[in-house]
Amino acid sequence: MDGHENWSFELGDERPDGGTLGRGDVCKREWKVMDWASIRGEFPILQQRVKGGRLIYLDNAATSQKPRAVIEAMSRYYECDNANVHRGMHELSGRATAAYEGAREKVARYLGAGSAEEIVFTRGTTEAINLVAQVFGAAFLQAGDVILLTEMEHHSNLVPWQLVAARCGARMKHIPVKDDGTLDLEVAAALFAEGGVKVAAFTHISNTLGTVNPVVELCRMAREAGAVSLVDGAQSAGHLRVDVRALGCDFYAFSGHKMCGPTGIGALYGRQEWLERMPPWHGGGEMISVVRLDGSEFKPPPMRFEAGTPNIGGAVGLGAAIDFIESIGREAIWEHDQVLTQHLLGRLGEVPGIRVLGQAVGVERGPVAAFTTAAAHPHDLVTFADERGLALRGGHHCNQPLMRRFKVPSTARASVYFYNTLDEVDEMIDIVQEAVRFFGGLD
Amino acid sequence: MNDELRELYQQVILDHSRKPRNFGELAPPCAHVHGDNPSCGDEVDLYVRFGEGGEINEIKFNGQGCAISQASASMMTQKVKGKGKPEAAAMVEDFRRVVMGDGEPVDVDRLGDLQLLEGVRKFPQRVKCAMLAWRALEQAMEEGE
Repeated sequence: MDGHENWSFELGDERPDGGTLGRGDVCKREWKVMDWASIRGEFPILQQRVKGGRLIYLDNAATSQKPRAVIEAMSRYYECDNANVHRGMHELSGRATAAYEGAREKVARYLGAGSAEEIVFTRGTTEAINLVAQVFGAAFLQAGDVILLTEMEHHSNLVPWQLVAARCGARMKHIPVKDDGTLDLEVAAALFAEGGVKVAAFTHISNTLGTVNPVVELCRMAREAGAVSLVDGAQSAGHLRVDVRALGCDFYAFSGHKMCGPTGIGALYGRQEWLERMPPWHGGGEMISVVRLDGSEFKPPPMRFEAGTPNIGGAVGLGAAIDFIESIGREAIWEHDQVLTQHLLGRLGEVPGIRVLGQAVGVERGPVAAFTTAAAHPHDLVTFADERGLALRGGHHCNQPLMRRFKVPSTARASVYFYNTLDEVDEMIDIVQEAVRFFGGLD
Repeated sequence: MNDELRELYQQVILDHSRKPRNFGELAPPCAHVHGDNPSCGDEVDLYVRFGEGGEINEIKFNGQGCAISQASASMMTQKVKGKGKPEAAAMVEDFRRVVMGDGEPVDVDRLGDLQLLEGVRKFPQRVKCAMLAWRALEQAMEEGE
């Protein structure tokens, strides 16, 4: 590294671009200073006041905001290139097809997939998981087989498997979560060893605990047990570098809208040998090669799983989101996530009666903090914050079993992304402190 | 803090949420209804013992949730105790009008302090919190003991 790892910057230093290093800048261990303030400037929605204050958007685990580049790419597509894909023989159809398939190639490169044929566009993570659960379940699961999940799964990686299990008689088992918010890997090994596991599905990063699961190890355990593995990447795809072949997973599902892209588009990565073995899901146009009145032949993957006119504009937006994220760099985003999250956790610790679910400060984790306070119920806290322009989330975060595991009915949750600042975290803490004083009767 | 918040969280409401009245359970025989808002985790267990003429002789609630849901439940139990079913049903309707801003209540005086929950109408996503115990009461009256 030419000694660059020892390079350090301090507040007030001159930046390479001539500006002054401020609190919003995080320095990477290389000759690059991230200008987070101007990156933030690319998000028009953040430049507004909401109710009583400047908007502080800390609900990024639910959905992220969209940069100008994504909004403009989608507008441009609809203004200049819109047509249906794959079928037309005219100029616009050619452009739309090139844009759509180009986006698929971007997704493949972004995830480190072997080829674009391993990428199936879906409405998002939920649809991608349902696709695997229903198609794989119907074709390969039998009564008594085991579907192994974890206690921290989002409902979208739990309910689809419950539906399949009820239909085919498979059993469901769950890797328990320890008090520190991590998975109990000893029990995981024992559950695999009990045998019968055909599918193991787990989240990469918990949307409530922030825990980064050891997916490489879990995928290896699944492989050794002869089970296919599915990684729920909803919270990881936009935050850290994902290489599906390095992870060793058979399937990886993610949503565009949590990583600067539009809603209604996401993708499923599926290892080619599995996608090829899987029968179609939805029937319709696009997914067939020959149709007779009494039967049909189907295209190979990924088209086999994309019936009907797809979300072309959404795919274009997702492609633009990938370009935007890559222009910043996922290493820089993850590093910035860590700085913001450690600051958030540290400052939350100052709040009286606080309880943060999950790992302690000082451990690398996803940029999420779910918490309760003794004085203010999460809903009251969130309403209080909303009146100040601070967007938090309150509730169970589609994690009801995990809430029961930690014996809380609901929590408040703050989740940051790269456009958030340390100042915003500080302002959030001030508001939370004020709410605690108010509801605790000290104000 | 702004006026809308102060109106939502008036001292009387905060006082009821911190020290709920008629909090606990009744031993059977009594009507028992469990109400919850699954999306937010608010829960109320309502216990009602009706008299021979259908009047509410005893009423208690147990639960957990936000200040609005718990204060509303607490204040409700105080106000409907001793009332006959038709009058209690009319109060449910009046309270619904107050928190939803959906027409004027028929009898303002009868609601008393409960009118303080009027501030909820400016927070549409919180109406279900305020209504939780009242929906349970409606159900308890339909089911009887």
